[in-house]
Amino acid sequence: MPKTIKITKGLDIKLIGAAEKTISVIQPQIFAIKPTDFIGVFPKMLVKEGDMVEAGTPIFFDKYRENIVFTAPHSGRVLELKRGDKRVLLEIRMEPDSFNKQIDFEPANPESLTKEQITGKLLKSGLWTLIKQRPYNVIANPDISPKAIFISAFGSAPLAPDYDFIINGRGDDFQTGLNVLKGLTTGKVHLNISDTTTAPEFLNAKNVEITTFKGPHPAGNVGIQIHHISPINKGDIVWTVNVQDVATIGYLFKKGVINPEVVIALAGSEVLKPRYFKTIRGGCIKKMVESNVSNAELRYISGNVLTGTAIRPDNFLGFYDNMVTVIPEGNYSEFLGWALPGFGKFSTSRSYPSFLTPGKSYVMDTNLHGGERAFVMTGKFEEVFPMDVLPLQLIKSIIFEDIDLMENLGIYEVEPEDFALVEFVDTSKTNIQALIRKGLEIMRKEMN
Amino acid sequence: MRSLRRFLDNIKPQFEKGGKYEKLQSTFDAFETFLFVPSHTTKSGSHIRDNIDMKRTMSVVVIAMIPALMFGIWNVGHQHFLSHAIDVDFWDKVVFGLWKVLPIVVVSYVVGLGIEFAFAQYRHHEVNEGFLVSGMLIPLILPPDTPLWMVAVSTAFAVIIGKEVFGGTGMNILNPALTARAFLFFAYPGEMSGDKVWIAEKADTYSGATPLAEAALGTSNPSVNFTHSISDMFFGFMPGSIGETSTFAILIGALILLVTGTGSWRIMLSVVVGGIFMGLVFNLIGLNAYMDVPFYYHLIIGGFAFGTVFMATDPVTASQTNTGKIYFGFFVGVFAVLIRVFNPAYPEGMMLAILLMNVFAPLIDHYVVESNIKKRLKRVKKNPELQAKLGAV
Repeated sequence: MPKTIKITKGLDIKLIGAAEKTISVIQPQIFAIKPTDFIGVFPKMLVKEGDMVEAGTPIFFDKYRENIVFTAPHSGRVLELKRGDKRVLLEIRMEPDSFNKQIDFEPANPESLTKEQITGKLLKSGLWTLIKQRPYNVIANPDISPKAIFISAFGSAPLAPDYDFIINGRGDDFQTGLNVLKGLTTGKVHLNISDTTTAPEFLNAKNVEITTFKGPHPAGNVGIQIHHISPINKGDIVWTVNVQDVATIGYLFKKGVINPEVVIALAGSEVLKPRYFKTIRGGCIKKMVESNVSNAELRYISGNVLTGTAIRPDNFLGFYDNMVTVIPEGNYSEFLGWALPGFGKFSTSRSYPSFLTPGKSYVMDTNLHGGERAFVMTGKFEEVFPMDVLPLQLIKSIIFEDIDLMENLGIYEVEPEDFALVEFVDTSKTNIQALIRKGLEIMRKEMN
Repeated sequence: MRSLRRFLDNIKPQFEKGGKYEKLQSTFDAFETFLFVPSHTTKSGSHIRDNIDMKRTMSVVVIAMIPALMFGIWNVGHQHFLSHAIDVDFWDKVVFGLWKVLPIVVVSYVVGLGIEFAFAQYRHHEVNEGFLVSGMLIPLILPPDTPLWMVAVSTAFAVIIGKEVFGGTGMNILNPALTARAFLFFAYPGEMSGDKVWIAEKADTYSGATPLAEAALGTSNPSVNFTHSISDMFFGFMPGSIGETSTFAILIGALILLVTGTGSWRIMLSVVVGGIFMGLVFNLIGLNAYMDVPFYYHLIIGGFAFGTVFMATDPVTASQTNTGKIYFGFFVGVFAVLIRVFNPAYPEGMMLAILLMNVFAPLIDHYVVESNIKKRLKRVKKNPELQAKLGAV
């Protein structure tokens, strides 16, 4: 029997528009790699506009760590290098062809390879970029051996895709991927499953330590799981990989080529037919949302509503994202909104009647529902933050940039996503996730 | 509503930078956001946000004070006519109470909000909602016969010295309402003590001592004689500050705060436990008649209940960590009773106990934070491999 860890603090935000369990396959007209998806990476281009690329062709590398190479997931033609302010490279747009010519990286059994051989194959194929390091959530450093590797096998965020469904039928790839990861660490590979999972791919996984998690969001956040299994101390390095990316890594070792596809959920109250899509990593979302959303003014989010990135409806999936959420924009002003009883509005405060109907799902928009204020209320953050870290005190230490205090209060253990609910419930409407990222960046620069 | 919105949108440019009334920008903004929740949307981080905001949070606290206010209005009239031995009906008492209490409330809000608006404009901030609560707390803890100019002076003192010099709402160390009360207590001791102020326009022949004053006599007298029965004290049929007399009305407010999750149950509970603990200790020692006053009396006389529910729970000036709140509350309870019994010159120990603990709250938090840090460092110490690695760096 795997060990069960119960998370008691947290919050499940029930939203309307969960994805129906059917998969539509689409071939996007364009796909893109967005260097902004990778923290701390400074791209040096290896291709130019008009070049033809194969699946696995290096597109750019990181100026600071030249062995970290980013490759094309699918063959096609480079359309455009889109730049933003100060010529920051935002997107490398590519047009997929119909035949997907793939570079052969040769299949191999990870269990008969050394750590160096595994690392070399992953770096060469560009799939190394799927492995991330905590603290800081940057792409892992191939030269070290992590304390452990963690995989969260369930999402608990609002409308999160069902990983049981996504992994269905890819058990072999997934297990091979786990074997690959096992070869990268002298420690354990932790597979953290939900107490409700029924997927044999997870329940029967080998070469891993399985831990069951039970409780509300953020129980599915890998950072929360790490904290409860083996918290990150100063000097510790652990790695994390998304479930689907483990299968993609496994596919490389089984077939020798890059699997271009990802399965993602399209969800949210404004989606007419919320369902799953099979598309190219970094694919344009246009075909999914076209004539499949309501007529209101909408926000398109690559990722979930708590941590995702706002994108335009003709823009691209984030590199690590496994869902797209569409919700209404909230740019209206509401007459006496703070004073009215507020039926049909969701709140953790019992000054709204929503606590009387705990099972109800809601439509939520992007309105801030109030003005920014100083921190006044206390004790609210702790209710949705299941870590032995003092959230308010850590946030304040970041505001005044006290590096020692940040370290002492546990900044290495947290990621912005772990503070998403804290930000959600915050009465003073502070952008807390951005603050946490700022704190982590200060530490990363200080420590390197 | 649309025409109102249009009207606001029309006149808004005049209040913005460069407009005719740019000096009133914060004021305009306060009224605009009062009428309409702003159309601001999320820009970074979580795309959806809880519907709760500062305005609603503060309104809940104000609503929770309404039972105490309403009872206070009636009781001011009741005590007045009682002292004159005139038998009048319910509405006469209410009308007299309104005539006494409403001006105090108005003065407190006008002076306090005026200063808040001015500071907000000076700092180019939005007006904070904090004073909505303080502005109601101040009248409720004042004796009904407080002259209006004193209300104005103490409110101004509390807002400027108690709050704005520290940076405004959320930054202050002392509870602003109690700062106002303490200012009056120490600046005008002649007017603020004795038994005259507790009943509005009291008849001279009527004693009308508050239970606290009666109890204080117990330090020198062989026994304490309360004029009022324990049920009178609980329901508040006694002279005292406007909103503090009825423990029952205050408990209704406590219920509102606890159900909505606005007030900290940790603080409320631990203050009561602290008060009971100290009361019991004194009962055991029993050196004078005041010490022998049964411990539960402390909970229903004076400002103990009001302070527990509305003052100690102020999230800005109380301890901010959950563990800290328990220690904070406990010591408020202990000191309130301790000061009452040991220092009859300051009959209202609750006010001083909360102000004292306000000052110590950051220290309590400091130790809670330290213990969290120590736990984290201990994890590293238990791991020799990691220590070696860190040592090498």
